[in-house]
Amino acid sequence: MGTNPVTWLGTPAFPVAARAALGDTQLRRNLRKATHTIRDKRAKAVEELPDWQQLRLAGEAVKDEVLSNLDTYLERFEAAVTARGGVVHWARDAAEANEIVLRLTRAAGAEEVVKVKSMATAEIGLNEALEAGGVRAVETDLAELIVQLGHDRPSHILVPAIHRNRSEIREIFQREMAEAPASDEPRALAEAARRHLRAKFLSARVAVSGANFGVADTGSVVVVESEGNGRMCLTLPEVLITVMGIEKLVPSWRDLEVFLQLLPRSSTAERMNPYTSVWTGVTPGDGPQQFHLILLDNGRTDALADRAGRQALRCIRCSACLNVCPVYERTGGQAYGSVYPGPIGAILTPQLVNDMHDKQAASLPYASSLCGACFEVCPVRINIPEVLVHLRAKAVQAKGKRTPEAMAMAALGWVLADPKRYEAAQKAGSLARYLARGGRISALPWPGSKWTAARDVPAPPAESFRSWWRRTRG
Amino acid sequence: MPGAPRVGLFATCLTDTFFPATARAVVRLLERLGCTVEFPMEQTCCGQMHYNTGYRDAARPLAADYARTFAGYDAVVAPSGSCGGMIREVHPELHGSAPAFTHTYELSEFLVDVLGVTDVGAYFPHRVTYHPTCHSLRMLGVGDKPLELLRAVRGIDLVALPEAESCCGFGGTFAVKNADTSTAMLGDKMRCVLDTGAEVLSAGDNSCLMHIGGGLSRLRTGVTTLHLAEILASTEEEPWAPTR
Amino acid sequence: MADARSTVLGRIRSALADRPAPVTIPRDYHASRPLGDLLALAAERIADYRAEVHAVTADALTSTIAARLAARGARRVIGPVDLPPAWQVPGVDWLLDSPTLSIGELDGSDGVLTGSAVTIAETGTIVLDAGFAQGRRALTLLPDYHLCVVLASQVVGTVPEALARLDPLRPLTFISGPSATSDIELDRVEGVHGPRTLEVVLVTDA
Ligand code: SF4
Repeated sequence: MGTNPVTWLGTPAFPVAARAALGDTQLRRNLRKATHTIRDKRAKAVEELPDWQQLRLAGEAVKDEVLSNLDTYLERFEAAVTARGGVVHWARDAAEANEIVLRLTRAAGAEEVVKVKSMATAEIGLNEALEAGGVRAVETDLAELIVQLGHDRPSHILVPAIHRNRSEIREIFQREMAEAPASDEPRALAEAARRHLRAKFLSARVAVSGANFGVADTGSVVVVESEGNGRMCLTLPEVLITVMGIEKLVPSWRDLEVFLQLLPRSSTAERMNPYTSVWTGVTPGDGPQQFHLILLDNGRTDALADRAGRQALRCIRCSACLNVCPVYERTGGQAYGSVYPGPIGAILTPQLVNDMHDKQAASLPYASSLCGACFEVCPVRINIPEVLVHLRAKAVQAKGKRTPEAMAMAALGWVLADPKRYEAAQKAGSLARYLARGGRISALPWPGSKWTAARDVPAPPAESFRSWWRRTRG
Repeated sequence: MPGAPRVGLFATCLTDTFFPATARAVVRLLERLGCTVEFPMEQTCCGQMHYNTGYRDAARPLAADYARTFAGYDAVVAPSGSCGGMIREVHPELHGSAPAFTHTYELSEFLVDVLGVTDVGAYFPHRVTYHPTCHSLRMLGVGDKPLELLRAVRGIDLVALPEAESCCGFGGTFAVKNADTSTAMLGDKMRCVLDTGAEVLSAGDNSCLMHIGGGLSRLRTGVTTLHLAEILASTEEEPWAPTR
Repeated sequence: MADARSTVLGRIRSALADRPAPVTIPRDYHASRPLGDLLALAAERIADYRAEVHAVTADALTSTIAARLAARGARRVIGPVDLPPAWQVPGVDWLLDSPTLSIGELDGSDGVLTGSAVTIAETGTIVLDAGFAQGRRALTLLPDYHLCVVLASQVVGTVPEALARLDPLRPLTFISGPSATSDIELDRVEGVHGPRTLEVVLVTDA
């Protein structure tokens, strides 16, 4: 197996990539504005539902049920889709999925496909693979279009162009579109996208989509969207190819009543998103008359094998965890070097890559202060901090016992394991107060220098609490 | 709890070593409220830094030590939300359940939930703002308890901290492994603190205070950081004085 | 080499070698809840997403349809095959989907008139299921103006109540307001690829 395209080749480890992003004033401002806007709105949308916590627990349980019997549900789903005239394909990895899409597109005689925004196809690098095979992929979601026209990379799972503000978007459109908008009003920009894509929708023969949910019992597929580009792709072309991660199932139709409440309020902070489409196989006389569904593994079974890590597969890609994350808010998504950035990316990407010797992927679980804001908002209650720590342990294991950090940690552990050694170290350390000026230390040698670059350290007191206790109470 | 509860003080290694005044304040406060406080000398550290950095095996014996050291107390009080969270939420996973883990309280929880007091008779005539700290807020769920305690303090001028629930960027080894991002978070936190015009920034956790305080000190802002315990221990007879 | 299907299923089975404990799904969230006057709530919530709502009684339905189409200046209007004749008000060039209308005809029209299957009051969502007076999905997608009739008997309170009424084997479209995007600075603006104007006639006694 080659490298998994879920991470971008050549991206440095998170701390280095973050440093560059932090210096980008425009990026910082755009992200702060967008994330703060959506945070307040999400909180309000969630407050409206008195049973929100019950819904989260149900969402968690439904997804756990699917994951614990994934083989059964996938077979059931496959049978239902097939019975209704769909064709089901299985893909072990990105290359295999891409190859299937390309083959189906060629068979339909198309040189261009229209695409609904989909994380699965972004993860497998489908657009690049199609291009290499002589097929053009046209992104139709506004934010994806902005990224595509800007020859840029996505930085958010819901709004991939979140790092761009309105005037930057106008500049991109002016460079790349025949009829570019004069104004940078969001309404005018949306109108420009409408004009730009209209002809493509009306003439497309093949569409490629992802799926938000698949219903195992009925074989129904659900796509949740806002702009109507999804409806265009799911309705007008003759051939529809849907790429769906194997974890996207729910057992039965009824279970969607949970997710159609959790998802819109968590993602765009709406009571309901403008459009949700549900279709089952092929409906004669209505919509595409050829339907192909590709079930994608690409590392998911590796994540499934990890007891502590598998909860990441509950994710419904709402992006709430990104929007509340203090790290994401400042570095943006591209610093994570993957189509899955932010807290969910920090636990999902390394699991899909499944190689802790990959320095970039192994740096992601450390891209968090463990503040817990992500867990608090996650509609399917993924304990992201817990998985982060679990993956850190895996990263440490992969690095072995001889790194300076491992040796320092071992030495410290040895000291802390014995109160006498601990007290002796405390006394020795307290001598550092002679380094202090005015009660503070402003420069320490490496690795302490990473702290003192921006922060003072309090001078250790002459007497620890322990010594005081012994002197006064002992 | 009938009679004077026998309380074990888990000072935490950071407070024991760098902020002894906080631990002394906890003793003074709890004794003033009628508790019998003991500091078992066998205690060292809860293992949080090891655990959170990925060195789980090094944290395991520390959890065992903790369970043994604090086995016989009615309650254990820790002046730290993050250590409290580590003990209550993670120690059972490392060591198996133990009474010492379930009986461990962060200071404000102990005061409000166990002792049932919000007015601890404190006096603190300064302008104060309060940072709730992530682990107290989201791991332990202490909610508004620290603020209830502060509101009852005489003489205090308590001002709300904007964006209070945002992380300060400490995150243990995160502060050095991702020093740039950590500093960016710290910068915003300091801006919010300075916007309040407070002279004292308080919190229930010296690790976050060391981080924010390290920044405030570097920039010579003149804002003092002070653990909640030290404000609550201060009285008219024995008011807080800035000494270390 | 084994085929992809058996490889993936095999990987799943070995990944689940620990056979996680069976899960019981807690269903104590609210299947329904007291929401007061459902019609008023539906009208308010649909309007919240910038769709115009006209609440009328059954005897005023035809005149309201005529008035809305006239106000819009809609002359060439699409309808499903089974659009009730009474709704096909005079003064309008009706294009019914039989024989099947071309994409060009749909795109070149002034609007579309349909009924609907279920409406969710709490979220302001109208669901089409290709059933009575709705037609295939493309009809309500290409015209820039959608005039949609909702009957009081079709209005439910919550999402669970709606799903219980719907058949997932039919093609379903859930519509909450006109097409919109939050892709620019995470702020919602209306009007992208779907109909940019959605108007709803809510028949309060049918
Ligand atoms: S991890 Fe949770 S909050 Fe984050 S995108 Fe997935 S479902 Fe949403």
